[in-house]
Amino acid sequence: MSGGDMSDIVITGVGQVPVREHWDVSLRQLAARAILAAIHDAGEQKPQALYISNVLGSLLSRQANLGALLTCDCGMGGIEGTTIEAAGASGGAALRTAYLALRSGQVDCAMVVGVEKITDVVGPGVDKAIAETLDTDYEGMLGVTPTAMAALLMQRYMHEYECGHASFADHPLAASIHAVGNPNALYRKALSREEYEKSRPVCDPLNLHDIAAYADGAAALILTRSELVSKDFKSIPVRVSGSAVVTDRLSLHDRPDPLAFNAAGISISQACRQAGILPGDVDILELDDAFSIYPVLSVEAAGYAKRGEGTTWMKATVASGKPALASMGGMKARGNPLAAAGVYQAVEAVLQLRGEAGDCQVKGAKKALIQCLGSASATAAAHVLEITQKS
Amino acid sequence: MEIPRHWRLKQQRYALVGEVCPHCDAKIFPPRDVCPECGGEAREAYNFSGKGEVYSFTRMGEGPAGFEEQAPYTVALVKLAEGPVVTAQLTDLGDTKVEIGMPVEMVTRRIRQDGDERGMIVYGYKFRPVMQG
Repeated sequence: MSGGDMSDIVITGVGQVPVREHWDVSLRQLAARAILAAIHDAGEQKPQALYISNVLGSLLSRQANLGALLTCDCGMGGIEGTTIEAAGASGGAALRTAYLALRSGQVDCAMVVGVEKITDVVGPGVDKAIAETLDTDYEGMLGVTPTAMAALLMQRYMHEYECGHASFADHPLAASIHAVGNPNALYRKALSREEYEKSRPVCDPLNLHDIAAYADGAAALILTRSELVSKDFKSIPVRVSGSAVVTDRLSLHDRPDPLAFNAAGISISQACRQAGILPGDVDILELDDAFSIYPVLSVEAAGYAKRGEGTTWMKATVASGKPALASMGGMKARGNPLAAAGVYQAVEAVLQLRGEAGDCQVKGAKKALIQCLGSASATAAAHVLEITQKS
Repeated sequence: MEIPRHWRLKQQRYALVGEVCPHCDAKIFPPRDVCPECGGEAREAYNFSGKGEVYSFTRMGEGPAGFEEQAPYTVALVKLAEGPVVTAQLTDLGDTKVEIGMPVEMVTRRIRQDGDERGMIVYGYKFRPVMQG
């Protein structure tokens, strides 16, 4: 779809809670805090529809029908509200749904909230719940988890391209350094290369620092069409110039080439084509780094690097800062609240484009590309966000 | 666990029964009634030999709920001789160092047990190194 004479879809409000182990905060409270923060940020603009990204509510909080629960809790009772689920891509998929609703003209102001309450359950119970994002009959029931899937990919990658574990260090290290300046990040300590390489083996070849920790979080966005932005709006609207969701075969064992993250690559090319840019044109590139192998396979799929050269590209790109990777810590250091992760990406990109990213600010950032993945690129959501000139 | 759900899959779990596509002869596992190669309808049962080789593998230090007691264990993507790849645990490894390309064969083993001694025991396929001799 080309831009043509269509109005722009813009983000006018963002809200987030720090990613933490929020023992004292429930699913509904997490969501409400992010929702109210976004409404306030948007100048008290109220949405007509709420799109909720959530995976684990039914499994870990025994709570379904979040649409009715959260709209009512937040004083928006009666409006449209539904849950969007696509594993780790849920946040991007919910943003896509809001985008389509606004494009359709049926909704003039939409809200996206990504929320995940994980820490009520610990250890094996969380792993089991998250494993339900795999094929339960042919993967999950055999004791396999998404962490194991990432390990299978990394093992195969290291075999095919004859590289060692250390070559995956650059994205996690950059993420950890960037998170130091992000008050909403879970881990605000810069990792050293030695700490990365010597961290505890979890699921070989994955070590502790190849894995983003799951934690509680909620993040929210308010979106509208550009012509509806109030003259009194004090902030800078951020345009959603490209939006795509693509799926692949759910299981690695069903893919002819598991190292080809096709959905990741296609969604980036679709979102960029819609925005009229090339993937290399962005100032900020926020990839799904739930596991350190993911961003490597994603940049190869998207054409940033040739097959087998993703780790080399990563090293050079971290050094140049163009584009800036994981500019506020990525999932690795901000933390991974599964369905909320993609919404955090959008919130962080908006802050960067507005120039409100504080110690994490990427100077002069004008375009951002964000991508989140459901399982190992079984679902991929990509969005291009751009700064608009304040009218 | 849901008994019908496992009962439905007994042919796959116990005997690695998949499908063969009548249009393009592709061998299909897991069965899904639609050929992943050509998109045609494929409902004809096909018995896989159970022979294959390791495409990739990992040793899981911790298992999800239901598998805690088995950990650590090794899971693999096994490329079957007939073409498809299957996700499964490796078993009977002893001192064998697992490597990509290692020949393996299907065996039936206990996959997991539901709760205490009254719980359902799920049996199914695992793969072991090919026996010598």
